[in-house]
Amino acid sequence: METADAARHADLAGTDRVAGRLYTDPELFDLEMEKIFYKSWVWVAHESEIPEAGSFKTMQIGKQPVIVVRDRKGNFNTLLNRCRHRGATVCDVSKGKANGFTCPYHNWSYALDGRLRGIPYPEGYEDVVEKADFPLRKLRTESHLGMIFATFNEDAEPLEDFLGDAKIWMERFFKQTNGYAPKVIGVHKFRFRGNWKIQLENTTDGYHFPMVHKSWMASVDAETADMMSFMNDPEAVTHALGNGHSVAIMAKAHMDLDEDDGTEEIQPRFQHLVDAMQGEYSDAEIRRIMRSMHGCGFNLNLFPNIGMSSAFFRVLIPISVDETEIWHMAIGMDGGPEIVNQERLRIHEHFQGPFGFGSPDDAEGWDRVQQGAHADPEMPILVNRGLNREVTSPEGWPTSHVTDETGMREAYAQWKKMMAADEKGDA
Amino acid sequence: MSEILFTDERVVRAISLIWSEAKLLDDKNYPEWQELFTDDGIYVVPIDPETEDFASSLNMVYDDKRMREMRVERMMQGFSPSAVAAARTVRTVSRFTVESVSDSEVTLKSAQILSAYKRNHFDTLGAELTHTIVLDEGGDRIKLKVVRLINSEEAVTASGYLL
Repeated sequence: METADAARHADLAGTDRVAGRLYTDPELFDLEMEKIFYKSWVWVAHESEIPEAGSFKTMQIGKQPVIVVRDRKGNFNTLLNRCRHRGATVCDVSKGKANGFTCPYHNWSYALDGRLRGIPYPEGYEDVVEKADFPLRKLRTESHLGMIFATFNEDAEPLEDFLGDAKIWMERFFKQTNGYAPKVIGVHKFRFRGNWKIQLENTTDGYHFPMVHKSWMASVDAETADMMSFMNDPEAVTHALGNGHSVAIMAKAHMDLDEDDGTEEIQPRFQHLVDAMQGEYSDAEIRRIMRSMHGCGFNLNLFPNIGMSSAFFRVLIPISVDETEIWHMAIGMDGGPEIVNQERLRIHEHFQGPFGFGSPDDAEGWDRVQQGAHADPEMPILVNRGLNREVTSPEGWPTSHVTDETGMREAYAQWKKMMAADEKGDA
Repeated sequence: MSEILFTDERVVRAISLIWSEAKLLDDKNYPEWQELFTDDGIYVVPIDPETEDFASSLNMVYDDKRMREMRVERMMQGFSPSAVAAARTVRTVSRFTVESVSDSEVTLKSAQILSAYKRNHFDTLGAELTHTIVLDEGGDRIKLKVVRLINSEEAVTASGYLL
């Protein structure tokens, strides 16, 4: 890509508005794959999804199929799901446990760390193929607090540097499992007919909540509805954290679940859980678990593809310029009270998934954005809400109200930086 | 047991109820639809294709009477953008097999093909259904409805309608 072209594409995103074409232009989508998804750290798994040696899941980074697998040494490997011989995928299921991966076409077989172990009828390859030269391609893979990321970019900064200040919020997020290991306990998957960035924005969009989710609000108890009534709460803010990441705080009282001033009353709807746990757990443990029922009180949006959103992970998988797959992964306490994990599943079902009381209404809004954005593709999409009241927090984070678009501006600043970079990734 | 399909009055009653239900859902007549369930009736669309332990699993729908009432309210009240802009649907339910039959209860399995149309786009959803129907003089009712979508573990897209 010529530098002038890169600059031209990057110019489509301003600091407070972006061209509608960012949602609709297939050429831009292909460039995003190259310059963002094949350059950035991309989330691929939570370690609880691959708990043992041989446990694996299949995934996509951008448009490329990968396998994420734990090997016998306990290392996480991200392998391109592509046989080195003639290109077939070597794994065709979404998750499972295996001793290795064998291509269905000519049965080339690979170890859990990608090494090529066997080639049938090898005499045709004597002095032609050295097995050591043809492993499954392995991507750089690093993890932080059980969140596993991979990148095609050998020159990428260390994952921990890329996450930066988001690490503070990742740690706070996992306090909702109350000392038990976090575990993915179920996944909703659905697609919408729109561009991936529409969903990226939504995780940090507090503004839409009372409008789009009015039917959900009407169906929950008053305490839960009150917890989400952040529209006029000055303590509900969004921080831009750098590198495209941001955090939108809806319920400050739950932002750090270690802190409890004792004033919060446990929601009456959960009394049956309290009753069931009494005797087996201390009053302090029960109170702590009850305060975490709705998660961490904030949405952490990690650029480009993972949200740690209140009580679940939101994974974003671009399919094409106008189609995106979303996974909502429910989180429970591994070894924690089963009755509470079940209640967390029910809360998740109530809002999330293709038949939840929330997700379909989000998806309807996103579909409409995709349709509407075709009208004059150069006309800007506004992400300027709250510019008039954005301040810098003591930590140095650009900060505005949770209904403002500070988080979106942060994501688009990273988009712009990556799209403007040349082949080496230098801006 | 399929040979008794159309000769056993109890089975015919159950099939008749399932077809009525399908029509109510395509008509989006949810208030009347929810009246088809018993007070302890369960309506579930699981993700895990094997599980019978719905409470311990994440489902797409897992409704008791209370959740079902809230769902119907949501579909009808006009606050939900996806319900307001719901796809139109037609569904056929057929290929019935009898799992069990007694004078008080019939359990049938069947295949459902649903076509949904919205904004120049058709979606097809295939599912295996299980219905447990309670036979009662005062009106037959659904005690359990399980909708096992054939793609339940992958992306499921459904806009503003029920299965």
